[in-house]
Amino acid sequence: MIELQIDFLQYDFMRSALAAGLVASVLCSIIGIYVILNKIVFISDGIAHAAFGGIGFGYLLGMDPLGFGIASAVLTALGIGTVSSRSRVSEDTAIGVFLATGMALGIIFMSLSKGYAKDLYGYLFGNILAVTWNDVSLILALTLSVLILVFLLYKEFLILSFDPAYAEAIGLPVQRLRLLLLCMVAFSVVVLIKIVGIIMVIALLTIPGAISRQHMKSITGIMAGSALLGAVFVTAGLMVSYLLNVPSGATIILTAAVVFFLSIALTR
Amino acid sequence: MNIVSIRGLWVCYRTHPVLEDINLDLEEGDFLGLIGPNGGGKSTLIKVMLGLIKPDRGTVLIFGRSPKDARGQIGYMPQKTLFDQSFPVKALEVVLMGRYSRVGLLRRYGREDRDAAMRALEAVGMGGHAEREIGSLSGGEQQRVFVARSLVSDPRLLLLDEPTSGVDSAQQTEFYDLLSRLNRDMGIAIVLVSHDITAVSTHVKKIACLNQRLYYHGSGELAREDIEKAYGCPVEMIAHGTPHRVLRRHD
Repeated sequence: MIELQIDFLQYDFMRSALAAGLVASVLCSIIGIYVILNKIVFISDGIAHAAFGGIGFGYLLGMDPLGFGIASAVLTALGIGTVSSRSRVSEDTAIGVFLATGMALGIIFMSLSKGYAKDLYGYLFGNILAVTWNDVSLILALTLSVLILVFLLYKEFLILSFDPAYAEAIGLPVQRLRLLLLCMVAFSVVVLIKIVGIIMVIALLTIPGAISRQHMKSITGIMAGSALLGAVFVTAGLMVSYLLNVPSGATIILTAAVVFFLSIALTR
Repeated sequence: MNIVSIRGLWVCYRTHPVLEDINLDLEEGDFLGLIGPNGGGKSTLIKVMLGLIKPDRGTVLIFGRSPKDARGQIGYMPQKTLFDQSFPVKALEVVLMGRYSRVGLLRRYGREDRDAAMRALEAVGMGGHAEREIGSLSGGEQQRVFVARSLVSDPRLLLLDEPTSGVDSAQQTEFYDLLSRLNRDMGIAIVLVSHDITAVSTHVKKIACLNQRLYYHGSGELAREDIEKAYGCPVEMIAHGTPHRVLRRHD
């Protein structure tokens, strides 16, 4: 086992992959619980898919796709939040439209440049081994800013998540807080795209929190528990994918899913 | 000074009036029951008093100030809170939410806020349940926690919007007794919105009926004609002898 670990970490790309995965676990644990409590799982998935438009654009320009991905994810988050509150388009319709438009744009942009098929696969299904140390520092910076925001606005996000109607009545800036939450979701999903790919983002964002919630009684406890679980899933998934030579993103998700179903079965 | 002073209030949704020429005065220690049909504007009136809806015409003063400025002195309990019963939050944390108007954005709750939350829980007889998760409490107990949340900012006016929906009748009676006690012992003025005329009439001091227009005589009685005008149809009434009558005695 120890030999395996040394073997496993002798490559720099494995070390950066693991570092990215561990930091992302912390980010997911903080945002994931709010996604679950506010029932914005579908919105988060929509944002992840829409981010592909920006990623494709960055890819076409030969610039950092992650930065463009974040920009388009934030725009989508603000778009969905604003469209659904101001117009007669219902929220889930707005999500559907943004989701498909972003994907379509991403596919067009990417097909206009070379090397399309291989990289497209990476964005859809994740390629944690391609994470650079630059990506790791970006993920770290995003995680720190989300940590600070949630620390400062913990009480506000608790009221908003528990009882939005009451929050509005007592003068909480509900709409602005909701948009801020969606922006933080946007940060998280783009980070996760690097790790498990667009299609599986939502699983890594919600599964650790969902498991942790079955065993922990407070929000901070759930966050801590899901950070730990996320770290375990990423590490175990990476090792298994290395040993069996199977895709890392899917292995991480399957590891999480197995624990999720076990946890449900055992707590019954 | 009146606690609530509403003069010539109009609120319209697009071009359709929801509230029409409302006049209402409430004094210290008042306990007003506000009844009326669904869609009659009861919740809208409460929202105007909370400063969430701007009047199209007329003035609304709470403690002589605009509703927004008076918010810190108003306790509010919405219609049955539809929260996730497994939401990971303790009763005490729910009560603390009511301190938001005092604590403000970005600041943290302090010792003083926690003490106030404990006192509020004790005032509603839930002091022993502070550390319990909200979802593990019964419907009636949860309702008491929400009353504590509305009390925790030491309000002088409580606005309760159909607080008893979804609670069984034994718990309702207990709940109304609790409100009477808060009104009598702590001198908190209360506006209680309900469509349960019978229950309300036995507990409140004054009663008003709202259906776009407000039918109110500053007393605990309403004329049958008022209620029928408000509901737009004959209403079968059960008149109570004591302690209050909603309907004046007919000969």
